[in-house]
Amino acid sequence: MATMELIGFGSTGWGALLLLGAATTLAVTATALAIGALLGTIVAGAKLSGNWLLSAMGSLYTTVFRGVPELLIIYLIYFGGSSAMTAIGTAMGYEGFLGLPSFAAGALAVGIISGAYQAEVFRGAYLAISKGELEAASAIGMHRGLRFRRIIMPQVLRFAIPGLGNVWQLSLKDSALVSVTGLAELMRTSQVAAGSTRQYFLFFIIGGALYLILTSLSDRVFNGAERRTNRSMPAAAMGQA
Amino acid sequence: MDFTFLSQTMITLLKAVPMTLALFSASIFFGLFLALLIVWMRVGGNPVLSAIAKGYVFVFRGSPLLIQMFLVFYGLGQFGFIRYSFLWPFLREPFVCAVLSLALCTAGYTAEIFRGGIRAISPREIEAARSIGMSGFVLVRRILAPIAFRHALPAYSTEIVLMMKSTALASLVTVWEVTGVAQRLISQTYRTMEVFLCAALIYLVLNFIILQGMTLLEYSLSRHRRATPAALKA
Repeated sequence: MATMELIGFGSTGWGALLLLGAATTLAVTATALAIGALLGTIVAGAKLSGNWLLSAMGSLYTTVFRGVPELLIIYLIYFGGSSAMTAIGTAMGYEGFLGLPSFAAGALAVGIISGAYQAEVFRGAYLAISKGELEAASAIGMHRGLRFRRIIMPQVLRFAIPGLGNVWQLSLKDSALVSVTGLAELMRTSQVAAGSTRQYFLFFIIGGALYLILTSLSDRVFNGAERRTNRSMPAAAMGQA
Repeated sequence: MDFTFLSQTMITLLKAVPMTLALFSASIFFGLFLALLIVWMRVGGNPVLSAIAKGYVFVFRGSPLLIQMFLVFYGLGQFGFIRYSFLWPFLREPFVCAVLSLALCTAGYTAEIFRGGIRAISPREIEAARSIGMSGFVLVRRILAPIAFRHALPAYSTEIVLMMKSTALASLVTVWEVTGVAQRLISQTYRTMEVFLCAALIYLVLNFIILQGMTLLEYSLSRHRRATPAALKA
């Protein structure tokens, strides 16, 4: 069979499925980044809180989830989550096995990992805010909530964008490991296409190329966001002088 | 808690640690050589070589390691000229495929880290070296390499920890390292959480040891930057 027919959009082509896989990959990564942003904010807050117990727990989180292989964490969440669901089901009178949906398990696992990296990004961004601005805000009588919303948040977001770009790229590549749970994202679809046509090299090259397109497009998005948030800054201060 | 099961699991998993370490050290070793070659191409001044190096880094950093590993493991055997060449007895082995793809991947990241280290060298140090007549290999060996390596070390130790974690992927191409053995244990015992937690603990300890080693190396290489002890200042 002709190569173009295999990768095309006809009845024997894998094109549509591969694009669908790429969309699923993006969806897993975006969900994971959102989960990670929530976890990362909490963990960064705990590490910065000054309370030794909270900061020790925060350090434990970042150490464990940055030190254990991603594949193992995905297995843990997928199988552990399923046995937890089954236990809850049994307690509520349901007989048999309840599986965690692979999308949810995958997004949660990659999200927990990205939370550990995002916590460090947010912590660094917070520490980059000049102390004088915080003092000034307190001096004119801003209370904690207002100071957080008007002074801390906008600056943390601006300082965090380059780091978040890196975390996004990491999560995008980690999401390929979710294929072990059977979720039909880009990696899994390439694998199935490769196996059923016995054209391994072709389909893994195409899968890889689609990942390259995703990573380079998202690189552009983050660069654009960085430029946008720096509009108000003088060029000299941004190291472009 | 079933301590007999946990300790038995631990013993079984610890027997797989040498395989994980073999994957890890072989890929770091070959990856380092390849990275040096790529950096040399990238900063050497030849536009063609530099473009090739740029493309290499783009491809290997932009796509997931798993797809690269499958490409090597499943993809290469498809070609007759590889299947019937002298390389096939090696490339047939899952261990060789895993090391090859891990090394190819880490080389891309390592090359960028070392390039950052080279960029951080002050031009004045190079000028000073040239002014006393140093050039070529001596300049690289005495000035460029030590300074660049010292600048790159913190980022390189992160990359090394990432490599240790990446060896887990070799289990997906049937290499029996720690994660692979853990999976095999689970399919026999169905005790998912206990086995995976033991495996996670092993990786944490290995990474802790590696990071301690890198910190020691960093400390011993930065003797000139350390503060003078109070006793000597007086």
